[in-house]
Amino acid sequence: MPKDHGIGASSKRREDVRFLSGRGRYTDDMNLAGQAHAVFLRAQVAHGRINKIDTTDAAAMPGVIRVFTAEDFAGVGGLPCGWQVTDRHGNAMLEPKHPILAEGKIRYVGEALAMVVAETEAEARDAAEAIVMDVDDLPAVVDMKAAAAGGTLVHDDIGSNLCYDWGFVEENKAAVDEAFAKADHVTTLELVNNRLAPNPMEPRVAIGDYDFSTDQHTLFTTSQNPHVIRLLMGAFVLGIPEHKLRVVAPDVGGGFGSKIFHYAEEAAVTFAAKELRRPVKWTSTRSEAFITDAHGRDHVTKIELALDKEGHFQAIRTETFANMGAYLSTFAPSVPTWLHGTLMAGNYKTPLIYVNVKAVFTNTVPVDAYRGAGRPEATFQLERVIDKAAREMGIDPVDLRRRNFVQPGEFPYQTPVAVVYDTGNYQATMDKLLEIADAAGFEARRAESAKAGKLRGLGLNCYIEACGIAPSNLVGQLGARAGLYESATVRVNATGGIVVMTGSHSHGQGHETTFAQVIADMIGIDEGQVDIVHGDTANTPMGMGTYGSRSLAVGGSAMVRAANKVINKAKKIAAHLLEASEADIELKDGAFSVAGTDKSVDWGSVCLAAYVPHNYPLEDLEPGLEETAFYDPSNFTYPAGAYACEVEVDPETGKVTICSFAAADDFGNVVNPMIVEGQVHGGLAQGIGQALLEGVSYDENGQLLSGSYMDYAMPRADDVPSYVVDHSCQTPCTHNPLGVKGCGEAGAIGSPPAVVNAVIDALHRGGITHVTHIDMPLTPGRVWSAIQG
Amino acid sequence: MTKVSMTVNGRSMSGEIEGRTLLVDFLRQGLGLTGTHVGCDTSQCGACVVHVDGKAVKACTVFAADVAGGEVTTIEGMGNPDGTLGAIQQAFQDHHGLQCGFCTPGMVMSAAALLAENPKPSEAEIRHYLEGNICRCTGYHNIVKAIMAASGQDVSAVAAE
Repeated sequence: MPKDHGIGASSKRREDVRFLSGRGRYTDDMNLAGQAHAVFLRAQVAHGRINKIDTTDAAAMPGVIRVFTAEDFAGVGGLPCGWQVTDRHGNAMLEPKHPILAEGKIRYVGEALAMVVAETEAEARDAAEAIVMDVDDLPAVVDMKAAAAGGTLVHDDIGSNLCYDWGFVEENKAAVDEAFAKADHVTTLELVNNRLAPNPMEPRVAIGDYDFSTDQHTLFTTSQNPHVIRLLMGAFVLGIPEHKLRVVAPDVGGGFGSKIFHYAEEAAVTFAAKELRRPVKWTSTRSEAFITDAHGRDHVTKIELALDKEGHFQAIRTETFANMGAYLSTFAPSVPTWLHGTLMAGNYKTPLIYVNVKAVFTNTVPVDAYRGAGRPEATFQLERVIDKAAREMGIDPVDLRRRNFVQPGEFPYQTPVAVVYDTGNYQATMDKLLEIADAAGFEARRAESAKAGKLRGLGLNCYIEACGIAPSNLVGQLGARAGLYESATVRVNATGGIVVMTGSHSHGQGHETTFAQVIADMIGIDEGQVDIVHGDTANTPMGMGTYGSRSLAVGGSAMVRAANKVINKAKKIAAHLLEASEADIELKDGAFSVAGTDKSVDWGSVCLAAYVPHNYPLEDLEPGLEETAFYDPSNFTYPAGAYACEVEVDPETGKVTICSFAAADDFGNVVNPMIVEGQVHGGLAQGIGQALLEGVSYDENGQLLSGSYMDYAMPRADDVPSYVVDHSCQTPCTHNPLGVKGCGEAGAIGSPPAVVNAVIDALHRGGITHVTHIDMPLTPGRVWSAIQG
Repeated sequence: MTKVSMTVNGRSMSGEIEGRTLLVDFLRQGLGLTGTHVGCDTSQCGACVVHVDGKAVKACTVFAADVAGGEVTTIEGMGNPDGTLGAIQQAFQDHHGLQCGFCTPGMVMSAAALLAENPKPSEAEIRHYLEGNICRCTGYHNIVKAIMAASGQDVSAVAAE
């Protein structure tokens, strides 16, 4: 019987009532009295030297309050990078300044050049068009390999376009090369992991406010992590101490990573609000989002897999060019290094691995984490080269994987790329996948498709990912400039209701529901008695926010720790009320009882006693019932699974249709199955989008060609099927109190290889065997061209 | 500036607009009805869908002036008079047809328009109808399921989880 409340229940989301009623409070819904509007003038060329920005005409236009350029931000810091990578020679990465408004040079189409603040948005927009730019165009640096080799510099002051040349694990490189020299078989694959625009449906918004009577700054922003913005902007950009800076991320319409980073617009409106003594509001248009929100992925990779005669993986060697864009976004350097290199073992026992990553500056929008952040890139290259090796060696692709798995009894497993997998069972998820995908029935379906002139293919793959980020001391050693713990305050009220203030943020994940389920389960009270508060630095403890599939694993663990402190104190109170020893007190179904007796006192009475401490051990125990905890994880968590995609390819047009998609995931313990399935559904759609539809496209001059929803193909309802998802294989995480692994990114990580494997499979079954790889997105044009040879 | 009047969610409303004021901006800023959302600037995403005189319309692509005297229904008007969720809204909650909620008002309005013209749509018909509504969170699976459920059809027709 599925549970109907608490952990494991598919409780309906309480967030839904306001969202479905049109009463969500998204940042653009907010308007402050007296607010002015900001519009940014943005670069229309990818690379140029700024001789002059003439704002005279603009400043004189109707409604204009002030026009800001870089000079106005001279005393202000640049946008900080939150992760410093050390290259293979032990040197720190190159870290150019990232100014709020362009200084001296334009470095990408979309870069903010000036900010016009006016009474209305229309007046600001008109005035922005009246700004006169005197720019000498420079050649645009767009191709990564050319950029790394030399030529025009994106940043003259650092002397190179190569941000870093990273090797991992450098000490193993010689042994890896030797293994390749001796290998019975080597499979090589060159591929592109295509640049994507995260495109959450809510465009970014920032409202800065300043109260001179209290010297208090407030920023309302569409962020996944308000405390991080407060820290970065307060400490490194504007020099505002945290107790004078409140950052509020109210209802946020999706993020997928793109709303993690501290953006120039946030600092600009906060700064302007103090300068002008008025609130300043900026709302991004979608066109603006395409040229300012951080893009994702954009790797060019060569991967080699060495195998013995029986198909056992001997070694993996990779070289990747990773695009940073024109400037380092907040977490950008970590994505192609620590979030990618450490996953190159995959679900397998490959003993020797060497990963080389060259991160390159180009005249394009900065690139940073996007759902999966490094793990999709790792999974895609690994699972594609494994499929290619299977074909080359005539080994069934499922069997090839199975024989190389870390086997169920071999956990914890130390990979050669630093991470230790705590637990997992990859045989089980593969077994489950074959069952739910009805792999046995594929041949009959293939024959049916063939009768209709279509080539049908079945593509499978495995994935593993490292999430629940992250152990602070470990990431500190790897270059992180912040901790990655999480926090919670559990405040019990006198009449028994509970408010949990969490450092996590919910922008679609349903924490207001799931976190309440956990507390309700721990105490044995109704979920409706628990409220979850998030998003406002004024009333939540310092947390690092929501990304990296960390909310339940890290945020939930902090909450459990705080709740246990509350429960332990409540037991002491109950012991006093029941005149028993604390060791004999049990809590079950919302009541404290003395073990082995029928003496009990209910939760509500204990809470009241805490706040009206008349019959209370005041000599030993403070009144009140409110506890805070911070939780720093001891390891990443490692969700894993197996995915299968069936496609039909029309050989005449190259069109690929997804017939079915099945996902067997191991997320460890699950709090709300319905929400977990929804997370997987969403991830699958994004992965299918990457594989078949999406791709940020630049021309050789650095002009963005895919700058709107007309040109950038977002997956729509008729592009994807209904999915078959399963999470019944559960190996609980061994190192957090809930045993959860997190599920937010898995769908986007594991799905692109399944789609591409399926298309290649379809072509091969149709006799088109000269095609061994097609780069994403597999548009009809690309598939058709590949077929033609 | 000119004055425009229209009926919105059954109530007579009016406000000052310019000739160029879009319906969505009149609703959001003029009338404070912020449930209708703006997600793009090329009429693709559907977050702004409302009903005008019984038809689904993208409010970002209609001038407020062109709706003068008309009857507009927004997401705020889709609930029951007692404030509880209407049938389509309830189906979305029952089947987890929303995550961040930003596309949701437009989805619900489009769903209502679909069911008014096709009371028992197939899965394929629902997916085709929603071409003009982009969601980035749900992968559409549960949205389709919610609409099937709201139409009174058996939701196990939508692939099993």
